[in-house]
Amino acid sequence: MSAHSKISSPEITFQPDHSGGTKKIWKIFWVLSILTIIELGLGYFLYDQHGKISEALVLSTKCAIAILTLAKAYYIVSVFMHLGDEIRNLIMTIVVPLVLFVWFIIAFLSDGNSWKNLRNTSAGSRPNQIEQTEKSAHEAK
Amino acid sequence: MESTAIPSGTKWWSGGKSPFNVSYGKVMMWYFLMSDAFTFGAFLISYGTIRFSVNHWADPNHVFNSFPFAGHANLPLAFVSLMTFILIFSSVTMVLAVHEGHHMNKKGVEKYMILTIIGGLAFLGCQAWEWTHLLTGEHVAMLGDGTLSVLPTTVKMNPWGEALSNTELMGALQKTSHQQLVAIASTLHHGGAEAATHHAASSLTNQELINQIASSGLHATHTGPIAFGGYFFGITGFHGFHVFSGVIINIVMYIKTKLGHFDQRGHYEMIEKAGLYWHFVDLVWVFVFLCFYLV
Repeated sequence: MSAHSKISSPEITFQPDHSGGTKKIWKIFWVLSILTIIELGLGYFLYDQHGKISEALVLSTKCAIAILTLAKAYYIVSVFMHLGDEIRNLIMTIVVPLVLFVWFIIAFLSDGNSWKNLRNTSAGSRPNQIEQTEKSAHEAK
Repeated sequence: MESTAIPSGTKWWSGGKSPFNVSYGKVMMWYFLMSDAFTFGAFLISYGTIRFSVNHWADPNHVFNSFPFAGHANLPLAFVSLMTFILIFSSVTMVLAVHEGHHMNKKGVEKYMILTIIGGLAFLGCQAWEWTHLLTGEHVAMLGDGTLSVLPTTVKMNPWGEALSNTELMGALQKTSHQQLVAIASTLHHGGAEAATHHAASSLTNQELINQIASSGLHATHTGPIAFGGYFFGITGFHGFHVFSGVIINIVMYIKTKLGHFDQRGHYEMIEKAGLYWHFVDLVWVFVFLCFYLV
């Protein structure tokens, strides 16, 4: 029996070569572990320094953690899911639609932020609501 | 590791062959995972939108600071790191099973599928513990009517609002009923016999209870937005359901390997497809871990 599997599928024109070892798998395991440990270190830094560091530093630390997460996602998809070994056409048909997330995240998070700003001013309230609130506050006195 | 020798100048779109060079089943698995990624992405972005829209959100380091058998020790990030490493490790065993499948090594596939299944079950066990811990937790928070109450974290209750100032706490204690004061005083003495402390507390007067609670340095909070519990249990539950179905799929794959179905077929492509699903579950966890526990 041949040592390597051959998938006989009419969609496969060129058989992939599976003769490699497991060295790369273990390498990626260590990469993922180290990235996770760095993330945890940054998370612990945020916990330890809570209230002692500026908002800007908190935000940039959170951004750094998010970037490390994207790096982990890249290694999982590219190596563990073998997408990196597939041909370009397959990679593109999966990755290009996911670009929509870039706009989703920008649009929705800024919407949430604007919602908060409206909450903290009277800008979001309708005039009759303000009247009612004032009236009930007056009655409470 | 694995590269496909493709002659340069191959015309993928000229007809007569698949432009993706993988089997139909695998392309469809990828498209399914892409649609599932949009579902999870929509959930997480919705969570982010609500979180951005309020002034105060629960601090994960306060909510998730427990560890099984560690009592009330404050251990932020510890348990969730354990869950993360369990899932990363089960991903490695899965990719090793796929690798053994490529080499038609039935025994190797069986060994690594068993390890992957154990990893999945361990993760589910951790999640069950974490949910139970939150749903039966006891945290003192001030309700909308200005009285204090002992609350768990559920889809309807979020005791993780901003901390009460000392003046707010003293005012709220005066308004709180005897029954609730007894309940709060009972939470102060963890570790002792719960029924005995409850009995001792109920024989005290309101003022004695208030003095006892005030001098204990009780950490009481406002209630927070109820959306917290809904998003947390909804998203981690949806992910846990994926882990659960992944474990079922892996068990089916193990049985089929054991029965020699893939040897008869001449390839272990089903293990690859199950592997894609399993790695996707790990991929989603990476983002759930980021959004709920780290930031």
